[in-house]
Amino acid sequence: MKRILLIIMISLSSAFAKADDLDIGNVIFDHVLDSYEWHITEWKGKPVAIHLPVIIIDHGIHAFNSHKILETGEYGGYHIAPEGAKHEGKIVRADGTKPFDISITKNVLQLFFNAILLLVIVLLTARWYRRHDALKEHPTGIAALMEPLIMMVHDMAKENIGEDYRRYSPFLLTVFLFILFSNFIGIIPFFPGGANLTGNIACTLTLALFTFFTVNLTGTKHYYKEIFSPDVPGVLKPLMAIIETFSALVKPISLTIRLFANMLAGHIQILCMVCIIFILGKYGPVMTGGGTLITVLFGIFLDVLEMLISFIQAYIFTMLSSIYIGMARQKAE
Amino acid sequence: MNLITPDTGLLFWMVLIFGIVFFILAKWGFPAITGMVDKRNEHISESLRLADEARERMSHLAEEQKALIAETKAEQSRILKEAAQARSEMLAQAKADAQAQTADMIEKAREQIANERETALRDIRRQVALLSVDVAEKVLRAKLDASPEQQALIDRYVDESRSSN
Repeated sequence: MKRILLIIMISLSSAFAKADDLDIGNVIFDHVLDSYEWHITEWKGKPVAIHLPVIIIDHGIHAFNSHKILETGEYGGYHIAPEGAKHEGKIVRADGTKPFDISITKNVLQLFFNAILLLVIVLLTARWYRRHDALKEHPTGIAALMEPLIMMVHDMAKENIGEDYRRYSPFLLTVFLFILFSNFIGIIPFFPGGANLTGNIACTLTLALFTFFTVNLTGTKHYYKEIFSPDVPGVLKPLMAIIETFSALVKPISLTIRLFANMLAGHIQILCMVCIIFILGKYGPVMTGGGTLITVLFGIFLDVLEMLISFIQAYIFTMLSSIYIGMARQKAE
Repeated sequence: MNLITPDTGLLFWMVLIFGIVFFILAKWGFPAITGMVDKRNEHISESLRLADEARERMSHLAEEQKALIAETKAEQSRILKEAAQARSEMLAQAKADAQAQTADMIEKAREQIANERETALRDIRRQVALLSVDVAEKVLRAKLDASPEQQALIDRYVDESRSSN
C-alpha cells in the first residue's frame, strides 16, 4: 500500500513538473466547474458538445446560442471574462461587470434532468400506491425500490421532529432524494450525467436556504425565545442572544459547505485518478501499463467510495435538516 | 474563487426547479406513498395484536376445555359412585324389606296354625267328649242305670282326661 502511494505521489509530482502540454489543474477544474456547453466527447479530432442557450437579463432578455460567444469569445456586447478576471469564465459586459445571467448551463441542464427523473420516479411510485391496495399486496417494481428510501426519511422525520412531522416529511424527502439522485448522477461519467451539480455551491446553498427558511419560518415561540431571550442571568442575555443568532445563521452555511466540499472533493479525486493515466502515458509502455492498472483499481475503489459518500451526504444533510426543524418545533416544558 | 462563489444563474434555477419539484411531490407524490405505508404499518401492527389476542384466547380456550373435561369426568365418577351407592342401598333395603315381610308372614302363618290347631283340638275334644259320653252311655246303659254315683264317676273321669290333656 505504501509503495503504491509512493509511486502515485512520485508520478503525480513529476507529472505536474513536466507535463507542459497537459494542464491537469485546468482539466480537472473544467470538469468540476459549470460551463456554457456540455462537452460530451471528441470524435475524429472535433469536440462533440451540446451548445446550451445563454439567457441574460440586462435591460431586457438577451438569448442566444452559446457557441456564438464561445467561438469568438465575444457576442452582442458581452464577452467571456478572461483567466484571472473577477468573473473568470462567466459572460460579462464590456466593462467587466456581470449581468444577471440565467443561462441554461451544464449544471442547469443537469438540474432539469435530475428534477424530471425525480418527479417521474416518485410520481410513478405514488401511482403504484394509488392503483394497488397496499394492505393486500407487497410493493413491487419501482415501489419496492423507493419505499425503503422514502420510509427511512419519513421515520427519521418522525423521530427527530415529533408530532407534526407529517408537515415536514415531504420537504425532507424531496431534499434527500434530490441530493441522492444528483450525487449518483454526478458519478456517472458520461452524458446525461457527470455534471457536478451537488458539488456546486449555488446548488447546496439553495438547499440549505430552503432548510433555513423552513426552520426559521415555522419555529415555535419557545424556539425564538431560546434564541433572543435565553434563560440566563441578565448580563449574559445579550451575549447569549448574539451567540444563538449566530449559531442559527451558521447552520445553513455548514450544511452548504459540507455537501459542496464532499461532492467536489469526490469529483476531484476521481478525476485525478483518471488524469494519472494520461500523465503516465508519457513515460513509456511499462510505466503506463503498471500505472494504469493501479490507477484503474484506485479509480474503482474511489468510485465505490464515492457512491457510499453520495448516500451518506444525502443522509446527513437530511438528518441535520430534520434535527434543526425538530429543535425549532420544541415546545416549552 | 469561481468555485466558492455561488452563481446567481444556477441559484435562480435551483430555487425555481427545487421549489416546483417540492410543490409537486409534496402535493401528489410523497403523502400518497407515506400515507399508504403508514396505513399498512398500522394494519400490520393491528393484525399482529389481534393475532396475539386470538392466540391467547385460543390457549385460554384449551385450558377451559381441559378444565371442563376434568369437571365432567369428576361429575361422571361422582354420579357413578352415587348410582352404585344407591343401587347397593336399594338392594339392602329390598333385602331387609323382604326379610321383614317374610318374617311377618311366617309369624302370621304360625299364629294361624296355632289358632287352627287350638280350634281343631277343641273340636276334637268336644267330639271325644261326646264320643266318650256316647260310648259310656252305651256301656253303662247296658250294665247299669244311670245312677248318681255312676254319673259322678263318669264326670270325674272326663275331667281327669281333660286335665291330663
